Amino acid sequence: MTALDATRPPSRLRRLRQFALDIWGVLRRPSSVFSLGLLVLAGFVAGVIFWGAFNTVLEALNTEKFCTSCHEMRDNVFAELKSTIHFSNRSGVRATCPDCHVPHEWTHKIARKMQASKEVWGKIFGTIDTRDKFVDKRLELALHEWARMKANDSLECRNCHSADSMDITKQSPRAADTHQRLLFTGGKTCIDCHKGIAHRLPDMRGVPGWQ
Amino acid sequence: MITLRILALAAALAIPASGLLAQDLDALRPAPVNEETQAPRMQPMRNTAEREVRNYPEQPPLIPHAIEGYQVDLNGNKCLSCHARARTGESQAPMLSITHFMDREGQFLASVSPRRFFCTQCHVPQHEVKPPVESDFVDIDTLLSRANPGGTRR
Repeated sequence: MTALDATRPPSRLRRLRQFALDIWGVLRRPSSVFSLGLLVLAGFVAGVIFWGAFNTVLEALNTEKFCTSCHEMRDNVFAELKSTIHFSNRSGVRATCPDCHVPHEWTHKIARKMQASKEVWGKIFGTIDTRDKFVDKRLELALHEWARMKANDSLECRNCHSADSMDITKQSPRAADTHQRLLFTGGKTCIDCHKGIAHRLPDMRGVPGWQ
Repeated sequence: MITLRILALAAALAIPASGLLAQDLDALRPAPVNEETQAPRMQPMRNTAEREVRNYPEQPPLIPHAIEGYQVDLNGNKCLSCHARARTGESQAPMLSITHFMDREGQFLASVSPRRFFCTQCHVPQHEVKPPVESDFVDIDTLLSRANPGGTRR
């Protein structure tokens, strides 16, 4: 019995464990070949390469081209954006998906990207892969975005539309009056009134201020 | 013989037709009907907060401001997010009239009647254009204040 055990090769799990222990052993022992200076330099270079690659990939995934590479975005929300002022207007300045949907500042951007990893799940399992599924889920998706913008005081709007640079004398009288009364006093934030400006609205029954 | 007759008929028809083409058919149209004209330039919408005077009491009030991109459909009504009764306090916009709550039997409903939901069926914004045809319309008050409202008999 014992003789048989000795001849049998160790199980796969045991080999994996042994391999991990070997690696750990190498990592916790001081180096006997490389100088400390070389190790620090190598670590620095590897760090720069990693950081650069990380941010390059992050930026590549933070473009309209990437967003609209999925038909869920291209056929629904992106198609709707095209007829609005944020895509087509007199001066030709336009907003792309991440301008409004991803915070521009790094920390918040990473937080949002981590949240958005759920969208990968949605893509894999086809949560909104037909028009009907998208329309059924539209209110929920919109409520998330409205809640996010309400919570950060419409930060993504204000990245371009600064209240300090807003010359209300150039606005129509009713816009000037409303901005002065509700926006500049801090009583309201952009998204409170400007819902559905870049995409079509979901069923608005029950949304405050709508009927 | 038959061919000759057809030719004669064609010639008889063609002469007045070509004369017609040469005529100035319509003062509004700068070119003959068989020529394509240039479409007039598109003009911006009037965008103020001032109400326009109605030309007659039953006229649906004009929309004095731009309404580009306003969604009015099964999902929602952008106009009502300012003009609904409960919204007028914050928006300071005029409330839509009580007649919009009436159904076709004249009964008042709790909110806007479905047949009055689509605002732009009656209410329209205005563009800044010079009308191609002048109007000599006068409203009833102007007419009644004339010395001889019925006009002079000839």
